[in-house]
Amino acid sequence: MTNLMNMPLQLTGDTTPVVSFRKVRKAYGPIVVLEDLNLDVAAGETVTIVGPSGSGKTTVLRVLMTLETINGGCIYVDGKPLTHMEKNGVLVPASQKYIRSRRSDIGMCFQHFNLFPHMTALENCMEGPVQVLNMPKAEARDRCVELLEMVGMLHKMDQHPSRLSGGQQQRVAIARALAMRPKVMLFDEVTSALDPEVIGEVTNVIRKLVAEHNLTMLMVTHQMGFARDISDRVCFFYGGKIEEQGTPAELFSNPQRERTQQFLRAVKEAI
Amino acid sequence: MGFLEFLAQYWPRLLSGTWVTILIFACSAVLSIALSMIAGLCKLAPTPLLRAVAVCYVELFRGTSLLVQLYWIFFVLPLFGLTIEKFTAGCLAIGLNIGAYGAELVKGAVLAVPRGQWEAALAINMAPAQRMRRVILPQALVIALPAWGNLLIELLKATALVSLISVSDVMFEAKQINGQTFLSAQVFGAALVIYYILARCLLTPGMRSLEKRMRSKLGSA
Repeated sequence: MTNLMNMPLQLTGDTTPVVSFRKVRKAYGPIVVLEDLNLDVAAGETVTIVGPSGSGKTTVLRVLMTLETINGGCIYVDGKPLTHMEKNGVLVPASQKYIRSRRSDIGMCFQHFNLFPHMTALENCMEGPVQVLNMPKAEARDRCVELLEMVGMLHKMDQHPSRLSGGQQQRVAIARALAMRPKVMLFDEVTSALDPEVIGEVTNVIRKLVAEHNLTMLMVTHQMGFARDISDRVCFFYGGKIEEQGTPAELFSNPQRERTQQFLRAVKEAI
Repeated sequence: MGFLEFLAQYWPRLLSGTWVTILIFACSAVLSIALSMIAGLCKLAPTPLLRAVAVCYVELFRGTSLLVQLYWIFFVLPLFGLTIEKFTAGCLAIGLNIGAYGAELVKGAVLAVPRGQWEAALAINMAPAQRMRRVILPQALVIALPAWGNLLIELLKATALVSLISVSDVMFEAKQINGQTFLSAQVFGAALVIYYILARCLLTPGMRSLEKRMRSKLGSA
C-alpha cells in the first residue's frame, strides 16, 4: 500500500477512465491470481477479457464488484478510489460502509444468473430500486417494466425463475442489474451456462445495450465471435496479467504474442 | 377394565392434560424458534462477542440433560431469588433446550443458500441486514423446514418431562390416574396413543403442508 499516493490518476476532465486498476494484486494464499494489474476502461467503452481458464479473467470482475478484496494496489471508479478511502491524506483499505457508498456505480451479471428464486421476474428487478434506492414502488415498477420489455421478458414478468429457461433467466438478470442504473456493467461469462440455442437471445440483448446505450462494459466471455463484434477493445489474459490487448481486429486477426496465437488457435480448433 | 371403558371414564382428565401439553408445546415451540433464529444468526455474526455468546448458549443447553435443566430452572433458580411459575419454567427449559439444537439448523440452512445468492444481493448493493432478511432467510427457511419438523416432534415428546415439576399435562394426569387406579396398561397406553396422534396426525401433516406452501412460494413446486 506504500506507493499508492505516488501514482495518482491523471484527472483530466472527460478523459478520466471510468474504471482504473492500478497495480492490483490478488492472491489466494500462495496462488497469485492478479499480478500488478493495470487496466483502464474509458466511459462508454466495451472491453472484453478473454483468456484460458485460471488466467484471472473472472477475478478482474469480482474484485471490481467488490465480491473479493484485493491484496495490493487500488481500483478507481470515476476517478475516485473504490477499494480504498482517503484518511489524513493516505489511502487506507475502505470500510464496508464506504465500499457500499461507491458500489452503486457497478452492476454485474453472473454465469449462473443468480436470480432470487422466491421472487417473480418483476420482483427480482424491483428489489434493488425499492429496497436499496428507496424508490416508490410504482416508479420502480415502471422502470422495471420498461427494462423487461427491452430484454424481451415482459410477457414472463410474473413468473418465478424456476419457470424460466436459462436464456430467459439471464435476460431478467440483465434487467435486474440495469434497474440500478449502474455506470459500469460487468458480464461474467453470461452465456457459459446456457444451451447453445438460447445463447443468441442473451448476446442480442447485450448487443442492443452496446448499440443504444452509452454504458461502460467489462465482459468476460468465451464467445470469440461475439467479443469480436461488440468490443472496442479485447484484452487477452494470461497468468494474472494482460498479455496482449488491442482492437478486436488487431487481436483476433493479427495477434503479436505467441501465447495469444496459441490460445486463439486452440479456440478455433475447438469449434 | 377394558380400554374403551377406561377411556369412557377418564377422558375428561386426559383431554385437559392433552390441552396443557398442546399449550406447552406451542409456547416452547415459539420460544425455541425465536431463540434458534437469534443464536443461529449470532453464530454467523462477524462480531466475535456475539459468536461467543451463541456458542456458549448452544453448548450449555445442548450438552446437558433437559431434565437437569428443567430442575435447575424450577428448583435451583428460586434459591437465587428467581422463582418461576411451573408452567413458565417448563416452557422455558424446553424452549431453551430445543432452541440450542435449532440454532445449528438455522446456521446450517443459511450456509446452504447458494453463494451466488449472496453475491447477487451484494451486486445490487443491498446492506448486509437486507441481504439476510430479503434474500437469504426466505430461502434458508425452506431448506431448514424438514429438519425443523423433526425437531418439533422431539420437542412435543420432551414436553412429557414437565409432569415431573407437576405441570398437569397429559403425562401428569396419566400418572395421577395410575396412582389412583393402578390401571397402568390402560392409562399409559392412552398416553402413548395421544402423543402419537399429536405427532403423526397434527404436527407432521402441518409441517408437510407448510413445506409445500413455502416451496411453491419459491416457485420450485
